[in-house]
Amino acid sequence: MELVDFLQLLVYGVVYGSILTLGAIGVSLIFGILGFAHFAHGDLMTFGAYAALVVVVALGWPVWASIPFAILLTAVVAIAIDQTIYRRLRRTAPVILLISSFGMALVLRSVVQLVWGPRDQVYVSGIQLPYRLGDIIIRPDHITIVGGAILLVVLLHLFLQKTRTGKAMRAMADNMDLAAVSGIDAERVIMWTWVLGGGLAAAAGVFLALDTRLHPTFGWHALLPVFAAAILGGIGRPYGAILGGLIIGIATEMSTVWLEPAYKPAVAFGIMVLVLVFRPTGILPGRR
Amino acid sequence: MKLLHIDTVYGGYGGADILHGTSLVVEPGEIVVIIGPNGAGKSTLMKAAFGLVKIRDGCVRFLDSDITRLRPDQIVRLGMSYVPQERNVFPSLTVQENLEMGAFLRRDDYRPQMEKIFELFPRLKERRKQPAGLMSGGERQMVAMGRALMLDPKLLLLDEPTAGLSPLFIDHTFEQIKRINGLGIGILMVEQNAKQALAIADRGYVLSMGRNRAEDTGRNLLANQEIAEMFLGG
Repeated sequence: MELVDFLQLLVYGVVYGSILTLGAIGVSLIFGILGFAHFAHGDLMTFGAYAALVVVVALGWPVWASIPFAILLTAVVAIAIDQTIYRRLRRTAPVILLISSFGMALVLRSVVQLVWGPRDQVYVSGIQLPYRLGDIIIRPDHITIVGGAILLVVLLHLFLQKTRTGKAMRAMADNMDLAAVSGIDAERVIMWTWVLGGGLAAAAGVFLALDTRLHPTFGWHALLPVFAAAILGGIGRPYGAILGGLIIGIATEMSTVWLEPAYKPAVAFGIMVLVLVFRPTGILPGRR
Repeated sequence: MKLLHIDTVYGGYGGADILHGTSLVVEPGEIVVIIGPNGAGKSTLMKAAFGLVKIRDGCVRFLDSDITRLRPDQIVRLGMSYVPQERNVFPSLTVQENLEMGAFLRRDDYRPQMEKIFELFPRLKERRKQPAGLMSGGERQMVAMGRALMLDPKLLLLDEPTAGLSPLFIDHTFEQIKRINGLGIGILMVEQNAKQALAIADRGYVLSMGRNRAEDTGRNLLANQEIAEMFLGG
């Protein structure tokens, strides 16, 4: 492999990794606070992508300007799902929540398909002129994706480190019982967890649609690498998810040198299995 | 008025009763110690006061209020704080953030209270930026007590505060408990180091099988031959 090809794949890997990161942070936060694997996360990504499509088509806004709307609407939907379905199951076994989220995934996917139809769609058709850095090709969308992901991760970091609710969220993920005896309002923290998880999933969905195209099942198909990223970073640890996302993204893109691109999900799956076998607490050092 | 009054409480964790009509009183400003053999229901009795046990019968009063059916987050607002025996800090949060979490319910400026706690535990001020999970057992106990003091409680519940500490830190922790008490805060604690605990206590309760066995001043319990043989290791 020549250096140019390597760098080109690295660009694709970072782009894909940025998308996975945004999804994986949500999966990790939800696992940390609520203790279950949220199987509807991929379909929240799908929903967010289509929410942005509405604004792009109806108002003619550029895609980046539609992202705040998609984040807001998806966060509201995530809270609504939590309040109507998951909240009733809080005291049950995690596996019941997991299965119900699986059901929720089917519901979300069907709604998207009913409203927007089953065919492929794009935000903006036509050809974008790529930037060229020597022989490396970078599409304008790639810059939107990586720049947007960095911005969102920085905002998340500030939220977790500087705000009272963000600190309470880390405290709850650390020690649920102690959070309760300290008087931390669990339901409020849970609501914010869905705002962050749903909002970041929406952004991940929009970015994934920018990189590829919209389809009612594309979020579902992204769920496996998203989980792989969350597990690689140590599930329940949002900062690990950032690293996990980038590693899975880069690894799957690099694998195309040796493997058919169709095997990309298998690479993510393989990494996930290896992590679960040899280091189930994730690659970050520390507790758990 | 009594600070805390646990009155003939029956209950447990949902299965068979662990407490069989147990009673206990803490007067304002007192240090009260619960001692007894393993499985006597010492920690359970304390948790019953803090809404962590299903109370089937009997009642718990804190100052004016009946708190028998309240949740911990409601009780903590009334001025009672609880330090669990294990897992009593947020390990990935810094010392200062641990204290902030103790003040979660405060809407006013909690910094003066934090300064007070730093005066009480100067070690915490030095290490305020450190994650609590990286600290020694004794330091973690300070963080845990500091967190519980952030709401400026009238009563502090301590579940085996010296468990697992080195002898040096055990003495140190008892000193600190006395100093906290010196601020006018009532203390109710469960302790395995019964002799040392009774030595600083105003009163003590001896529990066995979820029932009250004896109740007296700390000094009298220490001097009691029968109690000494049964519960204080001779």
